[in-house]
Amino acid sequence: MNGVHDMGGMQGMGPIVREPNEPTFHAGWEGRVFALSRVLRTRGGPWNLDAFRHGIETLPPAEYLRMTYYERWFAWMLRTVVAAEDATQAEIEAGVPAAGSPRKAPLVTADAVPSMVALRSSARRDVRVASRFKAGDEVRARNMHPTGHTRLPRYVRGKSGWVVVDRGVFLFPDTNAHLQGEKPQHLYSVRFAARELWGEQASPRDSVHLDLWDDYLERP
Amino acid sequence: MSSSEDPVGRRDFLKTAAAGAAAFAAETHQDDRDHPQNSDHDHQAVPSDLTLRVKALESLLVEKGLVDRTSLDLIVDAFETKIGPRNGARVVARAWVDPAYKKRLLSNAAAAIAELGFTSHQGEDMVVLENGPKVHNLVVCTLCSCYPWPMLGLPPVWYKSAPYRSRAVIDPRGVLTEFGVELGDDVEVRVWDSTAEIRYLVLPERPAGSEHLGEDALTALVTRDSMIGTAKVALAPRGAAA
Repeated sequence: MNGVHDMGGMQGMGPIVREPNEPTFHAGWEGRVFALSRVLRTRGGPWNLDAFRHGIETLPPAEYLRMTYYERWFAWMLRTVVAAEDATQAEIEAGVPAAGSPRKAPLVTADAVPSMVALRSSARRDVRVASRFKAGDEVRARNMHPTGHTRLPRYVRGKSGWVVVDRGVFLFPDTNAHLQGEKPQHLYSVRFAARELWGEQASPRDSVHLDLWDDYLERP
Repeated sequence: MSSSEDPVGRRDFLKTAAAGAAAFAAETHQDDRDHPQNSDHDHQAVPSDLTLRVKALESLLVEKGLVDRTSLDLIVDAFETKIGPRNGARVVARAWVDPAYKKRLLSNAAAAIAELGFTSHQGEDMVVLENGPKVHNLVVCTLCSCYPWPMLGLPPVWYKSAPYRSRAVIDPRGVLTEFGVELGDDVEVRVWDSTAEIRYLVLPERPAGSEHLGEDALTALVTRDSMIGTAKVALAPRGAAA
């Protein structure tokens, strides 16, 4: 979707503010939200990583910009807990389970944490899928504007570049986010000349590289 | 707006604000939050609305058996105390002292990183980008906040912020200048927008004059920002800030 999250190339967002000796979390609740998210995402389905990203993207734009990073995560979590039927809105408001609601067994227990924080479930898929492009091919990012989740930023749509390398087969976030299957396909590192994207104001030497799925690309 | 407003009051105010004003305010809000030392009140002194709401959700999910509280504690602890830029710095320093290792790192980052004892599945989709006198790589995620967690820990707020995400692709040289990195016209800037599950780590240039230093001393020089591409490595350590 053409959401406010798709920020590449926007202007007027202000200076980049850096914080010396920045802590990992700025408040205790941020760490809890982070950890809760990590655990809940192992449930899959509506908790999957792409659905998570799309959930953040569909926050109302003004809210998205106002919220801090982990506030967005928390807003997504509150919504998804209900959507996934893991809790009801009434239970969230009460802070306690409804009488007689079934008690589940946690998917992540303490002994599983060390491997969980070290291992990240890969989006790479070991399946044979034909690749439409190869290194050196000139390609154009399709001029498409899906209303659902996509990882094709607006600033490259309709622009031409070159495939630098075929990264292999990965699940497709555009379908996975909507629980419509993984649709595994080739992912390519595509190099766009900075001037193709931004015109004369960019340096003729510079480039921007994006990892783009087969379905995002066409022959120019 | 003043940094002394409480978060709840600020939220109510902003709900009525126009989107543009909210965008500006969001950054201000973020600045306040990220610079508690500059604020004229302590954000932690009184449990905030968010502290209470997050605690309530956690309790509910624990009660329902969906999450285990100890595992949450351990995850927070791992990212606060174990997983951080020192991991990436060790990889960089090894590459500086061992040309064969560097070659392996650039061709198969996952395997080379695993050689140092890091078992990271994310590593399999990791790519290392070498900075040099004529090429400067810079990493961003314009769509969200993708970042090589196992090597660098969780990203700093600026990396996840609208100003960096919006500008890194359209004005990388301006961004680098803001970070104190001046590049000549003869240097090629390559920006890497992390749009998929490939994670990028920059291998910064080894600073001139560091030839006498051993691997441990070199590790101490490598900063987080130099592995994102927003800094060069200096001979004198610049502390944990960068």
